[in-house]
Amino acid sequence: MEHYLSLLFTSVFVENMALMLFLGMCTFLAVSKKIETAIGLGIAVVIVQSITMPINNLIFTYLLKDGALSWAGMPDLDLSFLGFLVYIGVIAALVQILELFLDKFVPALYNALGIFLPLITVNCAIMGGALFMVERSYTFSESMVYGVGSGLGWAIAIALMAGIREKLKYSDVPPGLRGLGITFITAGLMSLGFMSFSGLTL
Amino acid sequence: MSSNVNSVSYTIKVALVLCAMCSIMISGAAVLLKPMQTANQILDRNRNILIAAGMYDPAVNTNADVQSMFERFNARIVDLDTGSYLTDEQLAELGIDPLTYSEAASRNDPALSSALSSDEDTANIRRRVRYATVYSIESAEGAYETLVLPVSGFGLWGIMYGYLAIEGDGNTIRGIGFYDHKETPGLGGEISNPIWQAQWPGKQIFDTAGDVAFELVKGGGQGESQVDALSGATLTSRGVENMIAFWLGQRGFGSFLTNEVKS
Amino acid sequence: MSEMSKTILIKPIFKENPIALQVLGVCSALAVTTSVQVALVMGISLTMVTAFSNMFISMLRNHMPSSIRMIIQMTIIASLVILVDQLLKAFAYEVSKQLSVFVGLIITNCIVMGRAEAFAMKNPPGLSFLDGLGNGAGYSLILVILGAVRELIGSGSILGITLLPTVADGGWYQPNGLMLLAPSAFFLIGFIIWIIRNRDNSQVERNEFSMASHTVEKGAH
Repeated sequence: MEHYLSLLFTSVFVENMALMLFLGMCTFLAVSKKIETAIGLGIAVVIVQSITMPINNLIFTYLLKDGALSWAGMPDLDLSFLGFLVYIGVIAALVQILELFLDKFVPALYNALGIFLPLITVNCAIMGGALFMVERSYTFSESMVYGVGSGLGWAIAIALMAGIREKLKYSDVPPGLRGLGITFITAGLMSLGFMSFSGLTL
Repeated sequence: MSSNVNSVSYTIKVALVLCAMCSIMISGAAVLLKPMQTANQILDRNRNILIAAGMYDPAVNTNADVQSMFERFNARIVDLDTGSYLTDEQLAELGIDPLTYSEAASRNDPALSSALSSDEDTANIRRRVRYATVYSIESAEGAYETLVLPVSGFGLWGIMYGYLAIEGDGNTIRGIGFYDHKETPGLGGEISNPIWQAQWPGKQIFDTAGDVAFELVKGGGQGESQVDALSGATLTSRGVENMIAFWLGQRGFGSFLTNEVKS
Repeated sequence: MSEMSKTILIKPIFKENPIALQVLGVCSALAVTTSVQVALVMGISLTMVTAFSNMFISMLRNHMPSSIRMIIQMTIIASLVILVDQLLKAFAYEVSKQLSVFVGLIITNCIVMGRAEAFAMKNPPGLSFLDGLGNGAGYSLILVILGAVRELIGSGSILGITLLPTVADGGWYQPNGLMLLAPSAFFLIGFIIWIIRNRDNSQVERNEFSMASHTVEKGAH
């Protein structure tokens, strides 16, 4: 239990997807102008991340890993090179299914999150999460925790960023830095702040 | 053409043709390049072992030298619980080949590793493999000259992986090398600095009572079991110290050193 | 080379740089630029993937059923990335270890997908290939600049060749470790954008909220 808590803390703060690992930057910069939209996107990322991560973990462990197909009588087969293709396929398919499901059963949530879901397929935080999960050989339960944690970390980062940018628009920024430039520098300062979490373990 | 591009049969046809072409391309590449990739991995590991043993100089040696120098090493699997080498029958039973065995791969396999409780886990690695590879050079009479042991421990940002080379007495350090770590560049990352690592050879690991005495101390580290800690990297230094204490203690190679090397 | 293909090749390198102006593909630009060598390999890999995926997608553009258009693009891109990853592991093992997961992330790099949608779907294969090369080169340019600055200030060397001998190696230069850490990458890209926009004023974003002047002229008391 303790170990899972520590993994959750690490994935939210110490290895924050957006600010420490730079993943999902395109959407992080493009959709962080308003707090409401940022939080909406953040929630969508948490949901997708927590669903796709365990599924990709199962697929990796039972289909792709070196020797994973021994249950099918093929112990020498190593399909790990198909990883990229499979993960992105799973992510795209799941996002699509989630969209249909929400549309049919939870229309209120669909209206709130609908526009963000297609954006998520190409959000590298999701793909990056899957790749890190494989590289660090997380177990099934660890991958669930990591999915929630890394999604949550990204959501927190984008919400904070949006909060700062809402205030920032009242400040007098040099013309060349306006908009994108100052956003990068703000992200740099936030990342500096998140570095203080380094070395913390629960 | 464009009128039936969106028909169901055409869609399926396009999908099938594309799948076939992509799969031929990818599997072809994977099969053709696999031998080179495996060779690269083994070469990389062997080079890291030679670096730890102080036998490899990147400025002088080439890949071909790695191959010839590494041939002097014997790779054998040690059962850390009993401290003795696995026999050929045991290896066959477990399905382990000493030349390709990977500690990293068996770390999450419940048959080959076990979880550590929090007081046992001084190096903060959570799981410990039961079997580890020891690389050794022996003299013609069979006496140990160099032993290279795989070690790992948690630093500041993540687990540091390396090789510790010790001399045939099982007590004197010959060298250290880290091949994978995530420490802060310029501070904790200095663990891979050759100048810092140059302090290690000749230091004694154990005290006269047989306990691990090796430590990293701030400001000097002149004692026979001491090395200067890294400035600005207290947690990394502590991690390195804990790593050595764990892997040469009773849960690591301690009983192996007592049983096989010192006797 | 005709005038038009030259424009397609050159324009994205400076005038419409994908990172600095189109804000595409920023993730890897930040993560793999701690040294020039890694940045260079990443740049070349991405350029190859973008150029060839543009070419293949453009070749297929008249045969793509609209219902599976996206998935076809994804499959082509992912296959090319797998190919690049396999080649790197076989021929440049050291660098592939340093790039770790970021090779795989070329799939979700917005430059590849963005150029496929915006250019390759409407233009013939030859031009699409050039557009891919141009955008890849623009991306690589920024990556190499970032890599050079970070490596020089952070470790006192470029491409592993020591230019400023560091204190740790007995020289005089005390390396600025911050340059090798995450925040500096954000700062540097921010400054690069500032420089580019100062030179080319058309790129400056309008202020959403204009400041009232501090003093208000008042009539006589």
